[in-house]
Formats: sequence, structure tokens, C-alpha cells
Amino acid sequence: MVAVVPATPYAGAAGGASASATAAWLASLAGAPLPNRRQEDWRFTDPAALTGIDPQLIGLADPLAAQALPDGLECLSPAAASPWLGQALAATTSLKHWPVLLNAGASAGAAAAQPTSLLALRVSGAAGRLQLPLDAGDQPGLARFRLLLVVEAGAQLELLLQPSSGGVNAISLVSEVILEPGAELTLGSLAIGAAGSCLLQHTAVVQAPGSRFEHVTVSAGWALARQEPRILQRQGGACTRLRALQVCCDRQLADTHSWVCFDGPDGELDQLHKAVADDQGRSVFNGAVRVPRAAQGTRAAQLSRSLLLSDRARIDTKPELEIVADDVKCAHGATVSRLQAEELFYLQSRGIAADQAAQLLQRAFCAEVLRDLPAGAAALRPLHRLLGEG
Amino acid sequence: MICPDAPVLLEIRDLQAAVDDQPILKGVNLTIRAGEIHAVMGRNGSGKSTLSKVLAGHPAYTVTGGSVHYRGNDLLDLAPEQRARIGLFLGFQYPVEIPGVSNLEFLRVATNARRSEGGLEELDTFAFEDLVRERLEVVKMDPAFLERSVNEGFSGGEKKRNEILQMALLEPLVAILDETDSGLDIDALRIVAGGVNQLASPENATLLITHYQRLLDLITPDYVHVMAAGRILRSGGRELALELERTGYDWVDQELERFAAEGQQTGRAPLEVG
Repeated sequence: MVAVVPATPYAGAAGGASASATAAWLASLAGAPLPNRRQEDWRFTDPAALTGIDPQLIGLADPLAAQALPDGLECLSPAAASPWLGQALAATTSLKHWPVLLNAGASAGAAAAQPTSLLALRVSGAAGRLQLPLDAGDQPGLARFRLLLVVEAGAQLELLLQPSSGGVNAISLVSEVILEPGAELTLGSLAIGAAGSCLLQHTAVVQAPGSRFEHVTVSAGWALARQEPRILQRQGGACTRLRALQVCCDRQLADTHSWVCFDGPDGELDQLHKAVADDQGRSVFNGAVRVPRAAQGTRAAQLSRSLLLSDRARIDTKPELEIVADDVKCAHGATVSRLQAEELFYLQSRGIAADQAAQLLQRAFCAEVLRDLPAGAAALRPLHRLLGEG
Repeated sequence: MICPDAPVLLEIRDLQAAVDDQPILKGVNLTIRAGEIHAVMGRNGSGKSTLSKVLAGHPAYTVTGGSVHYRGNDLLDLAPEQRARIGLFLGFQYPVEIPGVSNLEFLRVATNARRSEGGLEELDTFAFEDLVRERLEVVKMDPAFLERSVNEGFSGGEKKRNEILQMALLEPLVAILDETDSGLDIDALRIVAGGVNQLASPENATLLITHYQRLLDLITPDYVHVMAAGRILRSGGRELALELERTGYDWVDQELERFAAEGQQTGRAPLEVG
């Protein structure tokens, strides 16, 4: 069974601050009020869990300080990074997204609290692998991370981000990725939260022709997890592979709003989004794919597969394909199902108990995405953590 | 092998069952002793497959009357997994594909569930691999199939071999094979039948459910039963299967009509043609 994390009431923050005070603080940071359901992008997603945190910024150590960077990776100073900053966000029309506004607004305070609030890396050559733990621990408040990755022509990197929380807090993570021609990046994110914790993860990617971007996101355990991967193939001709798994149980809410745009011909997209919803969990997926006239020869496939494990869980899944070019192959599909009764009976008829059979089937459902995480993730035993197997 | 003194493994008495409130089994009686091979034949819709599913505990079927005892104990009280652990096996007509579940892992978990019920030590990964490689010989199966997902992308013949491989690992006392011959070419049929013959012993029993005589050319049954309209209409030795092969099932209709007429005369509920 999916791990059941006790519910934390959203009203009233852990430290005693009222929900309205936190909402006002967050709105002042972002320069815009909290999103609400009248906004199309937040129609199914209530951000109320955010108001459960304390209205303060968390100071964290530099995640890069603890490790030696592999050859081919270079830390950019804020001055060196500044020409790149904002490029991918602007190109993917992300600047007005509330999670991006919040992250930007929190930067001034975070810079004071955190010696390096910006993680900026340039990748050249075959840089190998890197893991970045982004752990808010049990500190109350809002932790803010900003990541910039510039992957030079022909360079390669496999990066695993590990946002995690062990308390009532929120992580705001905005990543910008620039992939030059022929660059290859596998960006994994294994995000495990705790009761009352929130994750707002926005990833803006600009791909040059011939580049390859593989994005594997796994999230579980957050009261609210919102993923916003936004990818622009600036001149088409690039390869984008998206794999996502979100698990929500108890009263958790997991939301992915993805957006992929082809601004040139012959681009490729292969997207698989999976969700497991149990108890009163709620899963939202909105997959936008834009294929304008300039994007002839695009091949795009999007599949959303959801597993509904309880009568009170809810899944909203919506493909949103906008295709203007006429010489393209674009496929999409969405399934929502329960565990298959025939599969369960087959396993039971071989002596496997009903609950163990259900767990085997859930593991199989999740494994399809988990196996694509960067190699370093295996040591973190993601299946065990996702399914609450201790 | 007929041995009148052998212990009774399965005792089915007046078994009645329904699916979606539609009665399918209308009073099945059958006694199976250790060492015996039984064949149940009959047309589509006669209730053969329902009988196998009810015995295995499929949740879609509701038992509405009668009893089934397995080695003297009530079988119908047990969950499907418990029936399997104490030695009942159902070979599926259409083995289910389970993407993402490794065949090797599945076989190991199933084998250990059966072993621990029998008081045997569970096998670790290495010990199990030795065992499974030995049992692969029974059905001449390529070890590559162990690495794949359960039945996923297997041909019809490979799926049926995988069923017999499971039987070889679980060592059931009563194996019910539901149309194991369907969808098999003659070579695959020989291999599967050869596997069943190798696994038959004086301690266990086999219930073959089939349409055709051709399986019975390869596995010799001790008893043949003909099912129609949810009951066993006639039982006999293997000559009954040969007779069916010669005459077809037309006589079944005549017999059902005769039963219906008798039913009207005696006031008993007539058999319905299902």
C-alpha cells in the first residue's frame, strides 16, 4: 500500500502564524496573491497547504560545497551567470508563473540567509554524474533554490536533484537549463516530502537542435507538490524525453503542468506521465504540447497513465495539444484504472496474498519510471520510500 | 492410475455457482483420488471453465450451493491464495500478462508462499535460481523468459509452458488445467503434455479441462466426464472421449431433452441447455 502520512491541518501554521498571515507574506514575496481556482492553470490545485508554513526564509548550506565537482563542471560566479539568468524563463514564457515570481521575490531574503542562493554550473565535455541534495529538513519556513545549468555544445551530464523535506515547510526550486547544439542532459528529480510539506518546482529548458534532454521526475509524500517543466525546442530538431511519476495518498495533492513547444521542424517528444492516487489523494496532470506551423516533421507522443486506488481519491488528467503544422505525427493517450482484477487473481492463485499482490502490481507500475532515474537514485531505494516499505 | 484405496483429494458435492446472478453450475458431483487423471469435456458454455475458476476461488463467481472438500477440509472457505498454498493449482486458459513484474521474482514469491505453508524453508535468490533452472527442463523453456515480465509478449505456447513451469515449481496435489491445449501447435502441445505427464505421480491428481481428444492422446485420463448445462452428464473411462470424438456432442442434446422430459414427469427441475 501507499504510505499513509498523517494529515496536517492546513489552517494554522506550525509555529503559530495564521494561514492568512502566511498567505500575505507569500503574496508580498511574489508580488502577486496566491493562485486560486479561477485561474485555469490552478483550476484543480488548491495551494492552501502553502499557508501552513511559517512566514520565514530558511537558511541552508550550499549543496555544492560538500562535494567535489567532476571534471567538466564549473561553478559560475553570480557575475558570470548573470548574462544567462532569465533567458530560459523568458523563452518559455515562464516569468509570470507564480512559483517563479515567488522564487524571485524570495531571492533577496534568501541571499542574506544563504551564502549561495544561486547554483550555477557550466558543463563542458563529458562531465559524468552529479547528485544535489536539496534538503529543507525539519526547519520551518520557505527554502529557496535557484539552479542554472549551461550545457555547452556536445557536453554531457547526468544530474540527480533530491528535494526533500522532513517537516512543515516549503521548497521553491526554479531551474533554468540551456542546452547548446548536441548537448545531452539527463535531469532526474527524486522529491520525497513529509506531512505538511510543499514543493514548487519549476524547470525552464531551452534546447538547441541536436540536443537531448531527458527529464525524470518522481515525487511523493508532499501535502502539495507542483511540477512545472517547460521546454522549448528553439529551432526544433532536438529530442525531449519526459518521464514522471507522482504518488499522492492521505489528502496530498500532486500536480504536473508540463509545456513543450517546438519552434522549428523535426523535433521529437516522448512523454510518459504516471500517477498513483490513494486515500483522498488528488492528482492533476495537464500536458501542453505546442506544434506551430514552423514545426513540420515533429514527432510527439504523450501518454498519461493513472492508478486510482481508492473511491475517494481523484485524478484529473488532460492532454492539451495545439497542432498547427500539418506534416507531423502527434499521439496522445490517457488511462485511469484500478488495479486489474484479473492480474490480482492470477497472483493470488499462485499463493500470493491479496495485499502482497497489490503491492507487486503497484511496484511494477512505478518501476517503469523509477528505472529511468539517474543511476545514483537506486541507492536511495526510491520504491521503498514511495510505497512506505520502510 | 486408478487406485480405489488412495486418499480422496477433492470431493465436489452438488456444487452450484453463479456469475452476475446467472446460474452456471447446477449441481456438479466429482470425486478425485490421489494418482488419478480426470478429463472434463464439453461444449463451450457447458460450465467447464466456471468449474475450474470456482475451485480456484475467482471472486467473480458466487457459490450458491453444495460443497467442495480438499483432503477432508472445506475448500470454499479459503481465500484463493490459501487454496494455492495448500496445493491446489489452476493452469489458466488465458494466462494473464503482468507488465513490470519480473517472471523470476513472481515465480520465487509464489514458490516460497507454497513452501512456507508446507513448513519448508524459503529459498533465497540463488537457491531459487538453481531450482528454477532445473524445472525449466520439464517444459524445455528458454531461461531468457525468466528475465521478462510475467507472460508479457509471450506467444500462446510460451504462456502455457510458463503455466506448467509454475506447476513444476509449486508441486500441487491437485492441478486443474483449463484448456491447456488451446492455441498450441502440435510441437508445443507435446512439450506441455510431456510436462504434465512428468509431474503426475501416485500422490497427486490432475483435472484436465478440454474440448478435444487430441490432448488425451498424449495424457491418458483414468476418467472422462462430459459436462452440459452446468452438470456432469455422463462419466466413464477414456473410451468415452473416443466416443465423443467419433459421434460429436449431438447425443448430449438428446440426453438433455430426455432429462427435461423426465424432470417434467417427476416434478424435478429440468436441466436447461446452457
